[in-house]
Amino acid sequence: MIANKKLWWSAGALISIHIVVLSAGFFAPYDPTEQNRDFSFAPPMHLHFVDAAGKFHLRPFVYQYLTHSGDGRLQGYEEDRSRMWPLRFFVREERRAHERTPGWAWHLFAVDSPGRIFLLGTDDYGRDQLSRFLYGGQISLFAGLLAAALSLGLGMVMGGVAGYFGSWLDSVLMRGTEIFMALPWIYLLFAVRAFLPLHVGARQSFFLLLGVIGVTGWARPARLIRGVVLSAKQRDYIQAARGFGASSVYILWRHILPETSAVALTQAGLLVPQYILAEVTLSFLGLGVAEPVPSWGNMLAELQKYYVLESYWWMFAAGLALVLIFLLYHRLADALQLRLASATS
Amino acid sequence: MLSDGVLTRVIAQRVAWALLLATLSPALSLGARESASQAASTEEVLIAPGEIGTPGGRLVTSLRADPKTLNPATAVDLPSKQVLGLLSADLIHINSFTQGTESALAKSWKISPDGKHYTLELRRGILFSDGHPFDADDVVFSFQVYLDEKVHSPQRDLLEVGGKPIQVRKLGPYQVAFDLPQPYAAAERMFDSVSILPRHLLEETYKTGKISQAWNPATKAAEIAGLGPFRLKQYSPGQQIVLERNPHYWKMDSRKNRLPYLDEIVFLIVPTQDAEVIRFQAGETDVLDNISAEDYQVLERSQGERGYRLNDLGPGFEYDFLFFNLNDLNSKQLPEISRKQEWFRRDEFRQAISDAIDRDAIVRLVYQGRATPIWDQVTPANKLWVNTAIPRQPQSLEKAAALLKSAGFNRRADGTLVDAHGMPVEFSILTNPSNAQRTKIATILQDDLTHLGMQVHLVPLEFQSLIARVFDSFNFEASILGLVSGDADPNPEINVWTSSGGTHVWAPNEVHPLTPWQSELDRLMQLQTTILDYKKRKQIYDRVQELVAQYNPVICLVSPNILVGAKDSLSGIKPVTMRNHILWNAEQVFWRPTPARKK
Repeated sequence: MIANKKLWWSAGALISIHIVVLSAGFFAPYDPTEQNRDFSFAPPMHLHFVDAAGKFHLRPFVYQYLTHSGDGRLQGYEEDRSRMWPLRFFVREERRAHERTPGWAWHLFAVDSPGRIFLLGTDDYGRDQLSRFLYGGQISLFAGLLAAALSLGLGMVMGGVAGYFGSWLDSVLMRGTEIFMALPWIYLLFAVRAFLPLHVGARQSFFLLLGVIGVTGWARPARLIRGVVLSAKQRDYIQAARGFGASSVYILWRHILPETSAVALTQAGLLVPQYILAEVTLSFLGLGVAEPVPSWGNMLAELQKYYVLESYWWMFAAGLALVLIFLLYHRLADALQLRLASATS
Repeated sequence: MLSDGVLTRVIAQRVAWALLLATLSPALSLGARESASQAASTEEVLIAPGEIGTPGGRLVTSLRADPKTLNPATAVDLPSKQVLGLLSADLIHINSFTQGTESALAKSWKISPDGKHYTLELRRGILFSDGHPFDADDVVFSFQVYLDEKVHSPQRDLLEVGGKPIQVRKLGPYQVAFDLPQPYAAAERMFDSVSILPRHLLEETYKTGKISQAWNPATKAAEIAGLGPFRLKQYSPGQQIVLERNPHYWKMDSRKNRLPYLDEIVFLIVPTQDAEVIRFQAGETDVLDNISAEDYQVLERSQGERGYRLNDLGPGFEYDFLFFNLNDLNSKQLPEISRKQEWFRRDEFRQAISDAIDRDAIVRLVYQGRATPIWDQVTPANKLWVNTAIPRQPQSLEKAAALLKSAGFNRRADGTLVDAHGMPVEFSILTNPSNAQRTKIATILQDDLTHLGMQVHLVPLEFQSLIARVFDSFNFEASILGLVSGDADPNPEINVWTSSGGTHVWAPNEVHPLTPWQSELDRLMQLQTTILDYKKRKQIYDRVQELVAQYNPVICLVSPNILVGAKDSLSGIKPVTMRNHILWNAEQVFWRPTPARKK
């Protein structure tokens, strides 16, 4: 029962995170590529309820930043308390020309122009980190999900076939998995990248990432599935089905693969975060989606720079989100595992 | 040279690199050291003015990559140049501080009235770092090597005047004559950075045709000798290079103490900028060169407590620029790029891009205000040659849009810019991610150009592959690079601006000038080398700058300030805006004695 609660709790949390990220166009106040060059590395703005005079407002508001600079250099930011900029909710906004990322017409919140709202601060170019974070999640989270689906799908087919038919087919496929497990996939990706034309659009590089991660990742699940299939095919009811003249495909599909679904689900719970991390790693190394399109990997890549690491704590947002999401996925995998154990016993 | 911090390409180094040599002024206390007193009687040392220092100690600094070679005749990369600067010496040296020439291995020199013959008197009785005496034969041998076409020495370029190499004659054991085919404006500056090689060690190798492979990183330290203030002690590739004091160095301080003061200089190989900064901040290295503006900000905070001081030297000689592929691509199979060249070749197109760039934003966001926007190639640091009449046009998207319209470009309803054939204007800019500043500049440009309706893609590419595309395969559309002139004098720049030049980035080794302005650039750059009068030369070079600003063969963006740091207790350091910024006078650097010093 506890396992069940844990399962629904983590699944629910993950689903809501994915929904928010998918609807980045609604939740994000700005185009993630829009630069505000006067607000480089502005810290997150505070949401205020109490104004300078001590009066309470139900509608939260922000103060704009005043920059103070000395000898031609930006020295820091300070809140301009002379005017409040209340948040407006459910705002309809016209699309601006040369907007790179198709946003939604409706936004969850905004402040009146020319005021700006940076709830998660800004990066070097004054781009809103919250918007980048949400749009970046689309790439990072879904790269993980889709790559896991791809490698699990491949793994199930390969593992099922190898386990069920056995003999030489099994040997060939399993030697294949060994080769794939030994492949250093980062170098493989470097190699693949080198063959492609210089400029690869964000979409192509997204699918390229998916492809490489998925194709090199099928080996491990395949071996796992094969083990389950090997034991399943000895079961009496399968022998019986075969006795009744059922075809191999039918048996595999109807009887054996369902046996493996629990293992596959648990495996998915582990693979997804692993592949999210793979995307992050690749973007971190500059092999993922290119600027100015955000992904959590290239947002974290900023932290490679010592001065960013040292000075701007809000740039860690994507890293923190990753930790949370990994915990949720591992909880989910854990709960699935428990459920599986209780179901089989 | 192109500066990434790693590769310095061809030409500019002629004059440029002289700076690395530690010449100038010397000093050394402690007369007790070896044979200073007896040597002084037979040896014509140079007495270097400057602060009298304390001998001893080691200085630790960092290099971003292993030097590719320790052979002065073939070195082109920056790490090699940095190390060689301390190991070798030239005949006449450009003082990085005064930017004027000064006596080095040549004690004095005379120029014939027609400007074509130079007679150099060499210092007598001085020794290579292995104790072997130096004389005119070494000079003749060195020039023979540098001028040999088979050696492919980068210095060869600068030893050619009007396309013909200079001639070297030995007049006596300590006297050498140089004959030039025509008068040469750079005059004695050309001897700078032509390091004198030890004939006794290299002649055999040269005769067997293997001089290019000599003195590679695997060579034993004992087989390498030079006339610089330091000599190689130990080289562990990938880790460190240890140089020790050259006990025979030919400079003394005003109290007749032989220079250099330091016993050792250690170069740690530290592959990234961030790691270099962290090591310096932690006190593991004693000096730090080429600090980025952002790191400077971080280091500034702990400046007092960590025992180092930082220096903003103001604008340097380096500049960043955007350029397009203007090569004649007929022979190459690159149809896509050839098609886009139709845009790149339009003067209006390049001018529009220059107008659309927010240079102030680059200064502010990339360099934290520690840079100067520029519109031509001469940076404000070069007071003698900068053309102040070049208009400093601020960003104007309206002007840019109007220019594009006049050149037949149009905006579609969705804002996309299309050319006369209706093709959307879309191109990619190559950058090297190892240079964070240039990558950031590219991101700013990308955004600026979106406002014109252009679609620009950024392609990060490892530096060597980028250079290969720009200089060899021509398979690129646009790129951002930096150049640094090695000398204030315009002469080394000839390789950049003449069509046949090796650093003519937008179309290297162009056979014929493809445009009228290129022909004019060629003519002016050649002309200025033969004119000895500064005012007339300045007029010519002013016109060169005008052409660059007007036709934008490269679109000059900004010139970053030179930012350096050194430990508080290091004395004798006089950072300069010319490279090598800190260790150019390494022989005069010393540790101020303090009881607390651990070294």
